[in-house]
Amino acid sequence: MEEKRDLLMLGGHAFTSRFILGSGKFSLALVKAAVEHAGAQIVTLALRRANPGGADNILDYIPEGVTLLPNTSGARNATEAVRIARFSRELGCGDFVKIEVIHDSKYLLPDNGETIKATETLAGEGFIVMPYMFPDLNAARDLVNAGAACVMPLAAPIGSNKGLCGREFIQILIDEIDVPIIVDAGIGRPSQACEAMEMGADAIMANTAIATAKDIPAMAQAFKKAVDAGRTAWLSGLGRVLQKGADPSSPLTGFLSGEREAV
Amino acid sequence: MRQMDPCPDEMKHNGMKHNGMEDIGTDIMDRVLSAAAAYDPARFTPGDVRAALDADECSPEDFAALLSPAAVPFLEEIAQKARLETKKRFGNSVFLFTPLYISNYCENFCVYCGFNHKNRIARSRLDGEGIEREMKAIAESGLLELLILTGESRKMSDVAYIGEACEVARRYFKVVGLEVYPMNSSEYAFLHRHGADFVTVFQETYDPERYKELHPAGRKRIFPWRFNAQERAILGGMRGVGFAALLGLADFRKDAYATGMHAYLVQRKYPQAEISLSCPRLRPVRGDSALPPTRIGVVELFQVICAYRLFMPFAGITISSRESARFRDHVVDIAATKISAGVDVGIGGRTGRASGDEQFEIDDGRSVSEIRDMLLLRSLQPVMSEYIYV
Repeated sequence: MEEKRDLLMLGGHAFTSRFILGSGKFSLALVKAAVEHAGAQIVTLALRRANPGGADNILDYIPEGVTLLPNTSGARNATEAVRIARFSRELGCGDFVKIEVIHDSKYLLPDNGETIKATETLAGEGFIVMPYMFPDLNAARDLVNAGAACVMPLAAPIGSNKGLCGREFIQILIDEIDVPIIVDAGIGRPSQACEAMEMGADAIMANTAIATAKDIPAMAQAFKKAVDAGRTAWLSGLGRVLQKGADPSSPLTGFLSGEREAV
Repeated sequence: MRQMDPCPDEMKHNGMKHNGMEDIGTDIMDRVLSAAAAYDPARFTPGDVRAALDADECSPEDFAALLSPAAVPFLEEIAQKARLETKKRFGNSVFLFTPLYISNYCENFCVYCGFNHKNRIARSRLDGEGIEREMKAIAESGLLELLILTGESRKMSDVAYIGEACEVARRYFKVVGLEVYPMNSSEYAFLHRHGADFVTVFQETYDPERYKELHPAGRKRIFPWRFNAQERAILGGMRGVGFAALLGLADFRKDAYATGMHAYLVQRKYPQAEISLSCPRLRPVRGDSALPPTRIGVVELFQVICAYRLFMPFAGITISSRESARFRDHVVDIAATKISAGVDVGIGGRTGRASGDEQFEIDDGRSVSEIRDMLLLRSLQPVMSEYIYV
């Protein structure tokens, strides 16, 4: 019997990898190695780093066959995000766009309100919109209603490597939102990526944790394995495995034995 | 300690109204000067430094401890932590840029500066053709970020002239920054529309009394006008602002503390603004024989840079060509994020038509390709631009 494939669907596109690689903090020579060892099929690209036709153009280091996910980093409001996304399309970077709207230079926390506005405009223009957001259920619903292909809540402040600080709120999104939930930012260790996948996240995105590792290809591979392990655990019904305590030897409903059912 | 009002009334109002200088009614200067006046570097103990190093979030008090003499024995540990913060925020990226001086006419009398109005140096101002020629030569080196500088003469390099330079720069570069005389927010807005998005203003020293001694005449004498320039630049629509004290003019620890506090309070008031810090040390210039020799050594400079990094992990830190190649090479792998390359601080020198003298002597004269090769050798990533003008 053919095994059913476990696919991540985004805007009608299917992916077998559930690991998305951010590329902004790498030495360019190592981007390719990281992509290959992480098995990533999607790589983000900061448009502001692209230098088409020039030296050290990050686009030249991303292997062929990988889906580019241009992001709007540098945008401080919805208008700027829309402008950058359109520029990305003009450059031939495809229809995917990750919206990042940030006007906080210290923590780089996303502005959900402006992100919703940009999502609405860009989804209307046919973009496959993947919004980076602060994990808030109401905002996530608004993003879905605005046409988002997925929702990308942050785990912790970007680059902080602090892991799933927003665990409870991300869990609510996983439980309540019908588009894929991709946990983005703050994941510092493979074990944290694994934990998010165990919770039921659909994919993980990371950059700093791999880019700043001593052995980049090895760390990329560790993330791949962690994401796969977490996904398999979730698919296999994790809840039963982790129940605390044994099944009671005297069932709580034991006193009902001998009682007749009404019908 | 000298007893004085940290912000004498004279400093607040001296001449601003009569010179068409905009008053934006901010309280940041009072707060910074009060904090700096109260800062006594000798008060801090090794225990304070330990606490600062153990803290998750570096508070102003922790920053003060890290800048104190008590922190010097902890320098290795401070550097290790600074490096970690830099990598978390910036990864392997190091940004490259170069300054372009388009005019060295100056109406100020800063006793430590080569452009001092009374110095008999060769004065020059590039015309449109000269600006384009120099920019073209720089762009051929592969750089995408340009910092345009002028001497502080509103007469010889007026706002319209700087705007024209920005227009040309936009054709050759992606990132255009300015280090020119302070101006009103409407003038910053004008330059922003012409393509500039970053403004750096060195306060030189945050000690108002010393400032008065060093700036005996000219518009620059008006301390608050200069102090509030970054805020006016942000109000004019600029994306980022840079801060610095010229270390060595006064007590460098107090000046570094005030610089950090200035940037810290501006960021809190305008959270969207991108913040950067420079760490220039006093360099030999013509006509500075009246000045005492630089009183900040390399070790102390390194301490300041690392303290800046720990206090503001998110800020860009620029390392000047005033410093040696060896020092710069190490610092970009620890705390600095931006390095100048192919530097010329005179007028017209890049196209072999030098017509104006230098502002100061540089130490590291390496070309763009030499700096680029050095970074790659250290497994760092030279980044020419991470910016979109929107």
